Amino acid sequence: MDTTTQAGARTIIREFLRKRVGQDIQFNDAEDIFAAGLVNSLFALELVVFLEQSFDITVENEDLNLQNFSTVENLEAFILKKKDK
Amino acid sequence: MENTVNRIAGTPSANNRKKPVKCVVWDLDHTIWHGILSENDQLTLRKDITDILKTLDSWGIINSIASKNNHEDAIRMLEEFGIREYFLYPQINWDLKSGSIGRIREKLNIGMDAIVFIDDQPFERDEVAFVHEQVRCLDVDVIGNILQEFKPRFITDESSLRRKMYIDDDIRNLEEQEIGNNRQFLESLQLAFSIQPATVNDLQRVEELTIRTNQLNATGYSYSYEELEALLKSPDHQLFVAELTDKYGSYGKIGVAMVERNGDTWTLKLLLMSCRVMSRGVGTVLLHYIMNSAREKGFRLEAEFLPTDRNRVMYITYKFAGFTESGKLDNGGVILTHPLNDNVSYPDYIKLSTHTS
Repeated sequence: MDTTTQAGARTIIREFLRKRVGQDIQFNDAEDIFAAGLVNSLFALELVVFLEQSFDITVENEDLNLQNFSTVENLEAFILKKKDK
Repeated sequence: MENTVNRIAGTPSANNRKKPVKCVVWDLDHTIWHGILSENDQLTLRKDITDILKTLDSWGIINSIASKNNHEDAIRMLEEFGIREYFLYPQINWDLKSGSIGRIREKLNIGMDAIVFIDDQPFERDEVAFVHEQVRCLDVDVIGNILQEFKPRFITDESSLRRKMYIDDDIRNLEEQEIGNNRQFLESLQLAFSIQPATVNDLQRVEELTIRTNQLNATGYSYSYEELEALLKSPDHQLFVAELTDKYGSYGKIGVAMVERNGDTWTLKLLLMSCRVMSRGVGTVLLHYIMNSAREKGFRLEAEFLPTDRNRVMYITYKFAGFTESGKLDNGGVILTHPLNDNVSYPDYIKLSTHTS
């Protein structure tokens, strides 16, 4: 795996979320963005498409569970796992 | 497993049907009017054009414009002819018309296959058809037939208000940009969501929704008015309709869910939500309501999902709500199941009312 992915994934994800959730809302990397009511299911689709395009991965049906997408940390781990394959 | 449920199949997919027309994009010179604006011709309106625009508008078919002209001059002419108000998002510029139609499609959030483009010039029709092969491109000489051709099966309350609803949405979107924070914006809207068992009065709108809705539609099964009437009477089925209102007014009936009961199991055969409310965060409210109802009444809950090229968001909605795949359907779809361990909550910026509360 190229090193830019590893270093940059979290920043890219955080940037995207910040833009969509609103600049002035604080949330940390371990916080469940869905449970906190910060986002909705349309956003979930946008997030999936964003990840596929930014990291050149395909999100399969079996990848689609809330666990993988719920926090910045989990999103990063998911991306790294997909890139590792 | 023996199947004793009184099944009402519905049409497997809306794809077999003729796609409803949602928007007509008009050229201006030699189409809406006779003559060429930029050549200072004495312009006259085409015969019957005002009636056609008004009729389409009253049916909920949006009129728009793709014209190569100076924007201000053309708008002034439309105002002089008294037809300006019937056009949403007119694209009057010197760009390719395929680009103009792309922008209209984006504004309306509809499929290319729901757009008809009418222009007297073969070159313009070919250019649009080349880029957007799903757009139906027609010569202006057919307009004598289009009313007959495009007439929807039913005209509902929502149809006649559709243009106004787009304008209301634009006001909401402006406010959203000003507030800049999605959640605060949603709170400011004072959203009220009502879920009720369907009545006979709702069936035309329900049929319309099953035909018009593509993205937020879990199965794409479309049901005719007659099939829906049978569902209402069936002891094995429950049909729900959802309506959304906010401080600007009603979005109309925008959601449908249909549950089939078989022994101790509820199967969600239909879950759909008008794409207009996609960004309001209400998509899961109807689903959560069904989940909680099934749990309270002691039923297991399954949901059918049939993938199309546009409805991935519904699969995500089910999966993120905690459903897991538990089987395959003969039609290429899947069955999803939810354990229903806990009651699920609703977003706190939405006021929910149901027939039980």
